[in-house]
Amino acid sequence: MTGPHLLWLLSGAALILVFASIVGEVLRQRLSPNGDNPVIENLNARINAWWVMVIFLALAFVAGKPGVVLLFALCSFAALREFLTLTAHNRADHWSLVACFFLILPLQYWFVGTDWYGMYSIFIPVYAFLLLPVVSALRGSTKDFLVRVSESQWALMICIYCASHVPALLYLQIPGFEGRNVILIAYLIFVVQLSDVLQYVWGKLIGRTKVAPSLSPSKTWEGLIGGTLSATVIGTALYWMTPFSPLEAAGMCLLITVMGFFGGLVMSAIKRDRGIKDWGHLIAGHGGFLDRLDSVIFAAPIFFHVTRWVWSTT
Amino acid sequence: MNLALRAFAARVTGQAISTFARFITAPRAIWLGIEPVPRQRIYFANHSSNGDFVLLWTALPGPLRRKTRPVAALDYWLTSPLRAFIGREVFNAVIIDRRPDARTEDPVTQMAAALDMGSSLILFPEGQRNSSNAALLPFKSGLYHLAKARPTVDLVPVWIANLNRVMPKGEVIPVPLICTLTFGAPLHLDPDEPKDTFLIRVSHALLALQPQAQA
Repeated sequence: MTGPHLLWLLSGAALILVFASIVGEVLRQRLSPNGDNPVIENLNARINAWWVMVIFLALAFVAGKPGVVLLFALCSFAALREFLTLTAHNRADHWSLVACFFLILPLQYWFVGTDWYGMYSIFIPVYAFLLLPVVSALRGSTKDFLVRVSESQWALMICIYCASHVPALLYLQIPGFEGRNVILIAYLIFVVQLSDVLQYVWGKLIGRTKVAPSLSPSKTWEGLIGGTLSATVIGTALYWMTPFSPLEAAGMCLLITVMGFFGGLVMSAIKRDRGIKDWGHLIAGHGGFLDRLDSVIFAAPIFFHVTRWVWSTT
Repeated sequence: MNLALRAFAARVTGQAISTFARFITAPRAIWLGIEPVPRQRIYFANHSSNGDFVLLWTALPGPLRRKTRPVAALDYWLTSPLRAFIGREVFNAVIIDRRPDARTEDPVTQMAAALDMGSSLILFPEGQRNSSNAALLPFKSGLYHLAKARPTVDLVPVWIANLNRVMPKGEVIPVPLICTLTFGAPLHLDPDEPKDTFLIRVSHALLALQPQAQA
């Protein structure tokens, strides 16, 4: 499961984190010696959480396919728990919610883990979509029925269906790339998250013009363009570990960084509507699982399908 | 030997229940106007689910948790050997009898005795689970009598949000949803404060902790 390229990528991430940790510590000593500057404290909390996330990802990669599938199943669980906390549902939905967590989630990842493409690509959009409202309807409460079933379906699509396309990358069959699929996952996550970080950095340095002032005060055109372009340049420079040519890698990087930005935007709109700042509190400095995964969730299915159409034989 | 085994089983069961509660609700403790420090306190909370005291107990930091005992009703907790084991040995509950005509011990005396031994308490002053549409049921007088008996102990309001959605009354499988517990500034009984005034004041202090941004 591990190869030299994966080690390169993980070492690269570790090197960036060592550098970030040193910068964070210097900034803390200069600007926040008593831990009273919230921006510096948040920055250091974020960097520490990044260490934990990279270590978990590396462990899952070492554990092989089951490890990666299990890791993303657990992420889906935490994300779904955050999402459904904020959606409309009443007592009549109890059994359909139980089914979301304890039936649909494990089944979707089971289908992914057994490489049943024909099933996992339609299970939630077709079977869950049609059958879950039936469970709610049988309990008889019609109040806000459409709102309740729509919000639950949205939660399933975002938190389970889209997220499960990350481990699904392991099962693509790309000629000449056999045994190295884990690189696709590491590459996707690395480029998308790097783009998030660089958007934040560019935005903090030169951000002026807000993209959507009513949605998010921190998303600026300068940050968006600087972040996606610099992540695309770095991603393109890493083309040699992917099945893509340099030009193809650039296109893929642009595609997934823009999708990642859209993910952050859409998920911000939901948070804004519900009057919250973060989805959760479990990842110190970042907020919840959805705060960290929103960009990957939006990028993963598109990355999966484009790769599958163009490069995969299955 | 048998005793040591039971004590061990109680510890493991307590840890398992706590871990399960974390898995399902990822509880988030928000301390507003009060710090999680080892001081003797009476935590009083809204009661909408049987999981309430487990969640409050789980949300306390370890050193505080070990010194905190829930107050539980005898007619619920002593009805089966398993419940009695969980109530008495796992959570070390102060078990009181809610039925004035049947009881042999006065609940307020029992709770005051537990305080005198240095424990903190978890109390649900509504006296029963609230399955009505009102946010809170009127408080029973127990909290007042306890505050009068031990006036220096901090009374800490704790609002438990969302747990009734995790496990509505009558359901057996919980739905994983995030719960928050908001701890408010400590209150005390004013000298000469009438019972009804006091009970209304403390219940308003508890209601004021409800999260505004509930979906």
